[in-house]
Amino acid sequence: MTTVADNGVNVQALLEAREALKGAPEAAQFTWRASAKWQSGVHSTVKVQSFFGLGQEQSHKEQSVFEADHPEIFAAEDNGITPIEYLIVGLASCLTAGVASVAQNRGIQLHSVEATVEGAHDIRGILGADTDVRNGYNDIKVTFHIDADASKEDIEALVAQSQKRSAVFDALTNPTNVTVEVA
Amino acid sequence: MLERGEVANSWRRERWDSLRLLTPNWQSRLPGLRYEGPDPDGYMTVREVTEFIERFATASRAPVRTGANVTSLRRTDEGYDVTTTCGEIACRTVVVASGACNQPSVPQFKDAVPASVEQLTTFDYRAPGKLPDGGVLVVGASATGMQLAAEIQRSGRPVTLSVGEHVRLPRTYRGRDVLWWMDASGVWDQRYDEVEDLTRARRLPSPQLVGTPERSTLDLNALASMGVELVGRWAAVRDGRALLSGGLRNVFSLADLKLGRLLDTFDEWALTTGRDAEFGPPERLPPTRVPQTARLQLDLGSGEIRSIVWATGFRPDYGWLDVPVVDAKGQLQHEGGVAVSPGLYALGLPVLRRRRSTFICGIEDDAREVIEHLARYLGAAVHT
Repeated sequence: MTTVADNGVNVQALLEAREALKGAPEAAQFTWRASAKWQSGVHSTVKVQSFFGLGQEQSHKEQSVFEADHPEIFAAEDNGITPIEYLIVGLASCLTAGVASVAQNRGIQLHSVEATVEGAHDIRGILGADTDVRNGYNDIKVTFHIDADASKEDIEALVAQSQKRSAVFDALTNPTNVTVEVA
Repeated sequence: MLERGEVANSWRRERWDSLRLLTPNWQSRLPGLRYEGPDPDGYMTVREVTEFIERFATASRAPVRTGANVTSLRRTDEGYDVTTTCGEIACRTVVVASGACNQPSVPQFKDAVPASVEQLTTFDYRAPGKLPDGGVLVVGASATGMQLAAEIQRSGRPVTLSVGEHVRLPRTYRGRDVLWWMDASGVWDQRYDEVEDLTRARRLPSPQLVGTPERSTLDLNALASMGVELVGRWAAVRDGRALLSGGLRNVFSLADLKLGRLLDTFDEWALTTGRDAEFGPPERLPPTRVPQTARLQLDLGSGEIRSIVWATGFRPDYGWLDVPVVDAKGQLQHEGGVAVSPGLYALGLPVLRRRRSTFICGIEDDAREVIEHLARYLGAAVHT
């Protein structure tokens, strides 16, 4: 008996979108948005709901609200995770989504996928304690534990392809122009 | 047959001194012409390739008009009007065989590189001795970038190599040239309409190979052992600094895994065809070693890098082609060499009809099939 792999990813829709957008680059232009509101101290609340894509305004089904703060050892109230932790939240979820999509496309049944991300951060940079130390991560390590109906090489290839097509992996490994203005 | 310069023009003028073919001599075969020298497993020098092509021009009695540069090609009611530096030609059909490597393809941010750093493309580069003394940044790790990085490093100029996605191959596998395997196992015969992702196959960079008398493998591990510093893909220039990707480890993984799959294909072919005993045991290459720390920035104004060699590939030049068959990316649109404009054909483009299309031994079958179509078109036109 042959079973068709089902990881819950609608690859057909993604492949159709890829074909459709090949001839319509303007529809492929998306803008993602987040808006932060300062609460107190280093605590802020960030809300995400609307975005732009496929030529028009779009909206998530529901608004998501994220609390960002610093831990108590930073003399803060710890109302939420630190902003730099949100980066690895993005990386872990993006790579995991990629593994599922690539597996689906390759007909590989996944049983479990777990990713652990560790970002090495020398906080002397943000404290201004040593100007030679950068503010951001020095190194990020992602470890996947994957149980799937596939060989070790095929699983490694899933993870490699996931990185190759990952928005967050690209955003973290390559420079991005950032403009910050006061309106 | 129109040639802008002399026969084998690009081999005479657009190649560096040490270059040899990536394909072994025995694979240099054209209709009615094969390599008959003493070293079938060797690799031709540029001079030998030039002579080989000259010999073919003579042997095939090809009606070559040299020094005839095409400046425009226009559609007419009867066919096409070709304007050349030697006058106008009216014709019913045209085969575009100008290739995919007319211009070096260099990213826009080259303009942001400080003027103190000399920049060369692979069209300008001839030999390491002509580079300024001091550090050299070689950009691109396909066959060209790898070969130039090695010879420049040997000249005593410290090389930093910027590595993006690449194709890793050993020079020999189980005692045979790796391109023997590509040929024999049928990988090169895979047709354009069988390839899973044709766009990707057509954009594939040339494999990391070099043709040397020693038949040695030139991979990133070999370059690192020579002292070449590996860095990630060059993404941008900011404030006079080259910003490099932190994704080096994954481009190594992608290439290592892909190589493993290719070698699996070879082994499987050897088994299923009952030829396994003819070769040595299956081999697997050690993974590409990830540098302890790969730099993410290079200060281009510090004097460390004195010159940059762009080995970032080529693009075709269709500036003369006044027929709407070129897509937004500058590539000729065609179906196995047949363009949408009736009577217009192409030959000698990557994976035109099969994976071997751009190798010397790949033109014969492609040409036969494309010309069959062309002859049918002319015949049909005569009957209407």
